[in-house]
Amino acid sequence: MAAKRAAKKPNVSGEELRQYYRDMLLIRRFEEKAGQLYGMGLIGGFCHLYIGQEAVVVGLEAATEEGDKRITSYRDHGHMLACGMDANGVMAELTGREGGYSKGKGGSMHMFSKEKHFYGGHGIVGAQVPLGAGLAFADQYKDNGRVTFTYFGDGAANQGQVYETFNMAALWDLPVIFVIENNQYAMGTAQARSTSSQDIYKRGEAFGIPGEMVDGMDVLAVKDASERAVKHCRSGKGPYILEVKTYRYRGHSMSDPAKYRTREEVQKMREERDPIENVRQMLLTGKHATEDDLKAIDKEIKAVVNASADFAKESPLPDEAELWTDIYA
Amino acid sequence: MAQMTMIEAIREAHDVAMAADDKVVVFGEDVGFFGGVFRCTAGLQEKYGKSRCFDAPINESGIVGTAIGMAAYGLKPVIEIQFADYVYPAYDQIVSEAARLRHRSNGDFTCPLVIRMPTGGGIFGGQTHSQSPEAIFTHVSGLKVVIPSNPRDAKGLLLAAIEDPDPVIFLEPKRLYNGPFDGHHDKPIESWKKHPQGDVPEGSEIIPLGKAHVQREGVDVTVLAYGTMVYVAEAAAAETGVDAEVIDLRTLMPLDLDTIVESVKKTGRCVVVHEATRTSGFGGELMSLVQEACFYHLEAPMIRVTGWDTPYPHAQEWEYFPGPGRVGEALRKVMED
Ligand SMILES: Cc1ncc(C[n+]2csc(CCOP(=O)(O)OP(=O)(O)O)c2C)c(N)n1
Ligand SMILES: [Mg+2]
Repeated sequence: MAAKRAAKKPNVSGEELRQYYRDMLLIRRFEEKAGQLYGMGLIGGFCHLYIGQEAVVVGLEAATEEGDKRITSYRDHGHMLACGMDANGVMAELTGREGGYSKGKGGSMHMFSKEKHFYGGHGIVGAQVPLGAGLAFADQYKDNGRVTFTYFGDGAANQGQVYETFNMAALWDLPVIFVIENNQYAMGTAQARSTSSQDIYKRGEAFGIPGEMVDGMDVLAVKDASERAVKHCRSGKGPYILEVKTYRYRGHSMSDPAKYRTREEVQKMREERDPIENVRQMLLTGKHATEDDLKAIDKEIKAVVNASADFAKESPLPDEAELWTDIYA
Repeated sequence: MAQMTMIEAIREAHDVAMAADDKVVVFGEDVGFFGGVFRCTAGLQEKYGKSRCFDAPINESGIVGTAIGMAAYGLKPVIEIQFADYVYPAYDQIVSEAARLRHRSNGDFTCPLVIRMPTGGGIFGGQTHSQSPEAIFTHVSGLKVVIPSNPRDAKGLLLAAIEDPDPVIFLEPKRLYNGPFDGHHDKPIESWKKHPQGDVPEGSEIIPLGKAHVQREGVDVTVLAYGTMVYVAEAAAAETGVDAEVIDLRTLMPLDLDTIVESVKKTGRCVVVHEATRTSGFGGELMSLVQEACFYHLEAPMIRVTGWDTPYPHAQEWEYFPGPGRVGEALRKVMED
């Protein structure tokens, strides 16, 4: 992978490292729990897990400030947890309950939070990309110095509206960071089967948008790239593209026959590149944490995740009348 | 004859058409190597090669647009939009190009294209994976719209659609892929493997477009239905004891008005059922046509049973879905009126 690696001696405090570890682990344990609840029939329909990709959103969030916005696809649980949304509300949306962020109207793919400036979860591939530029336009209009993180996948990068958006974003110098989460597969189709030039970060060149490839299994590399991109956007230089190379360990959604890649390929990634294990080692070898400290974090996270599952099971089904609310003002 | 699921029947129709005519090419998202997310194109790439069955990037507008170009120059593309809910980026190509090419070129250029897409709900897919958009296609002159309800029809109608010289929107009710779902979601799924309509003839026999099928004969009331609602209507008739004549329209455009009119004249009553939202749904069109043709034969006001005018819900799927309870209520009411 030609991606930029973080400097050998990471310029990061123990406290920061512990925070990234905690944030990534929360996502992983949350997703594992969601997978279990799905298996038990408590979650139905579509459910796209983020396991393996945790360092992407945690690294990007490390450079955000209050008021910055984020918008993403249906693979959205990690983004919500990373921007501080409540695990209970996310899990209860997965189970379609009243206590969910969309009161059960959105499901796994469609959740939002005004408070955390999270503009969704979008089920239609690529649809969120122009919306992200629109959010950035509004920030620029208000001259408030905020940026918008617009996430999409390697598969989504082939939708025509992405390029309409690149052009407008560059034309209007919009403070938007296009984060392409390249996990190398779009459902059952490997990137090479659908994509002519696989270095997607270069696709902004024709529009004058700078881009770089980032190692998405290394949270510090992602954080560094995020800082560069944010600085670029906040200084009024317009959009920036980060192609973050990552990998999803689980199926595309819960009903994935897993026939399009080998078990060994997945196993190798898990063993050699796991982003959480990576930070865990850094914490231990850098003496930023002891095994006991990490155990305590594990325990703490387990409690949060279990509580979210209990909440999601106990929260009542939405009232029948809810079907008719929020269609028109 | 062979007993198969709707998925297998659709796959077989592709196979038959590709074997018979090398102008037939098949593509779409995950369609080639992976064989389609619902497996409707499984094995075709192995059998016919990558030049005839292949993967497309996720760009619905591009998929449909290139297929139109291929069709205009003599190929017969059969393309898959992975879910009907994803077709909107391609709507411009379908409406402005595919549907209109023949008319505006004075017949010089045509568009023998089939756009297949799974449609409908009942799989807990929420608002972006459950919609029934047939009416946005029937509203466009120049398009044909087909919705099979069982394996036998799926094969015969798909073969007819591929033979057809015009663009055909081929909507596959995904809740019917594996069995005749009648709306009782809490009951175990019945399989096509044991159902008479899962018995699919071998070979290349087509079922012509524009021919409805009387799914259940009856004398009390005519029920006009298509797709999943055919089985819901059958269940409602059985459960209420109302002797309904259930007509499976099979194609909405062209529509078999003769069969409809004949039945309504016989029964004097009519209930229209669809899963799509109510306002401006195809049911409104059906009621107008029946009213125009059968007004003096009607003994009661017609009734529509449809999805509600809401986005397709995530948590409240079965409140939305017009199941046998709601259809049964309409049957009783139309008999009392
Ligand atoms: C317009 C549209 N087309 C197709 C789909 C079906 N679909 C959902 S996710 C997906 C793959 C997307 O891959 P990618 O953008 O790489 O994101 P990832 O799932 O890998 O996170 C496809 C084809 C959709 N939801 N919307
Ligand atoms: Mg991907």
